[in-house]
Amino acid sequence: MRITLGLDSTSLTRRYPKLAVLASLFMAFAAPMGLYVAALAIFPLNTPERINAMSQQWLGYDLAGSPYRNLVYALFLMLVAFIAVNFTAVFGGVSTWVERRVAGRMQSRIGPNRTGAAGFLAWVADAVKMILKEDTIPGSADNLLFRAAPYFSMIGLLLPFVVLPFGEAAVVTDLNVGVFYVTAVTAFVVVGILVSGWASNSKWALFGGIRGAAQVLSYEIPAGICLMVPVLMAGTLSMQGIVRAQGGLPWEWFVFRNPAAFVAFFISVTSSLAEGNRTPFDLPEAESELVAGYHAEYSGFRLAIFLMVEWANMWIMAGLAVTLFLGGWQVPGVTDEMYKGALGTGLVPSGTWFVYQALSMLIFTVKTWALVFLFIWLRWTLPRVRVDQMMSLCWKYLVPGAFLCFIVTLLWQLLVPPIGNTITGIVLFALAVVLLVKFLVATFRNIGRVRGDRLDLSNW
Amino acid sequence: MAEAIREYFGHITEVVKTFWEGMTVTLSYMLRRPITVQYPDRTEKRIADTLPSRYRGLLEVDTSVCTGCMACERACPIGVIKIAADKDPTNPKQRVLTQFDIDVSKCMFCGLCVEPCPTAAIQHTREFESTVKSIDNLVYRWVPDPEKPVPMYRPVKGQDAPRAPVGELMRKRLAAAVWTAPPSIFPADAAKDSKDPSEPKKG
Repeated sequence: MRITLGLDSTSLTRRYPKLAVLASLFMAFAAPMGLYVAALAIFPLNTPERINAMSQQWLGYDLAGSPYRNLVYALFLMLVAFIAVNFTAVFGGVSTWVERRVAGRMQSRIGPNRTGAAGFLAWVADAVKMILKEDTIPGSADNLLFRAAPYFSMIGLLLPFVVLPFGEAAVVTDLNVGVFYVTAVTAFVVVGILVSGWASNSKWALFGGIRGAAQVLSYEIPAGICLMVPVLMAGTLSMQGIVRAQGGLPWEWFVFRNPAAFVAFFISVTSSLAEGNRTPFDLPEAESELVAGYHAEYSGFRLAIFLMVEWANMWIMAGLAVTLFLGGWQVPGVTDEMYKGALGTGLVPSGTWFVYQALSMLIFTVKTWALVFLFIWLRWTLPRVRVDQMMSLCWKYLVPGAFLCFIVTLLWQLLVPPIGNTITGIVLFALAVVLLVKFLVATFRNIGRVRGDRLDLSNW
Repeated sequence: MAEAIREYFGHITEVVKTFWEGMTVTLSYMLRRPITVQYPDRTEKRIADTLPSRYRGLLEVDTSVCTGCMACERACPIGVIKIAADKDPTNPKQRVLTQFDIDVSKCMFCGLCVEPCPTAAIQHTREFESTVKSIDNLVYRWVPDPEKPVPMYRPVKGQDAPRAPVGELMRKRLAAAVWTAPPSIFPADAAKDSKDPSEPKKG
């Protein structure tokens, strides 16, 4: 029997061009927006006190004294988890489309442009295809571990969302050991990689798994030490505390506050690239050497989970760097008092509060997407490093560099008065702007080097 | 020692410089126009018209200059071409073509049929977009109706055969082709098909 699902996307797009545009716009804007609005509405509510107060005031039901209260709290937690999971899936999908389009243009190609407007629905089609495929398990694989491995990776991806602040109030919970928690739970991803490599009972997968373990363990060290730099500067491990210690304007961000933090930012981004197995550090799945590395034996839904983890991890990596170094959700000119004042004492905050929150989420999203673009851009610029190069980069350069940054930050915090921070901030920010301008000039000069080429963003 | 230190920091500066250089190059390519030709939607010309003149595309036969010598049928290594000839009942001296089929689905575009043709009646065109839903429709029948046979051409000494421009006939056929057309059955084939099951082959 032949099953037709009407998924011949090209002909669908041809037949209903307007439908394709609408569907693309929906998936591009309405779905993430919906998740953001839901996050904004649900995340701040997610404390027992607020839920109790709401139930008391609107339903006239005393939840705090009810035997079912834990059930209700759990329900709210489920809602939060639902939002986080869907956010990772949508972000993972959209980022694959962005990556393929950017990669295409960087290689003088166009990239996917047939499914939906500008090819945007390609990621939906990919996901549908993967889910419909057969989920094969090799006969000699360790059945239980093989089935479980993708979920380890997925847990490692989803747990950091607990403390990752999307906005002033849009955070699930503000743990006082947030940074420590993130470094701890992101290691789950490598558990998944190692387990999948072992359970596949395949040479390539095992090589990939072992490489992944070696890589992540090595790069945890510079990453961890570099995460200590903003912690030292803010005096707290809480993610929200670190963001609050920074300001909205660029020279109030930690990255520009002292030279050591500036270096630490780059070391931390490099190490997080290695921890997230992004090119140039994608040794665990090096397709030219190891077929597909740890997920060589996977297919169907489990492979989809691995790929979603790989891409959605970019959000965690970028979000973490933005939170710790680039000012997080801080809106220029909006202070803590203004948030508190707008919140008021009632159950429903005022409209101004929602405007502030939306602004803060927007700023966080824009910054994070900028870093995600940087990761994509790096991937299509650099070749994959060798294993020995990867190790020597980590142990010979990044670890000593990270230690140096740590010590310089310690001394800086002790010896430099606060005015020094501001001056360094402005100087370093000016330096960054100059470098950016020089960079763009060099880029445009490169375009002009080929005769007849000019800035042209057409041909989509 | 000093040498080692210089080498160590040399690596770092080299990394920074090469990153700078590489990133400007990739970004500059992102801001240029991709060179991809978006076939088939956004091409300036028909691709067939841009191909070189000696391109070996779909075979075209101008039956008005075909002498019926069957050299092409003999030359074909796969048996793609099928020609049937008959006498004109009204004029016994005139022989006619009742069938000239080319099964493009089998053709390997080697060009061996084109070479022996005395009048250049069979020629490669530059056309290649011949997809149809039913593979039977890839049999190009250059004598469309056996009831209306085409008289064979007699070459005139010292004169080139007045062949239609190469590609024109094929282009007309492709323009008229319907992708979902039902498989066409040639009357002679149909008669043979209906006979075959009742007459099992001997030996």
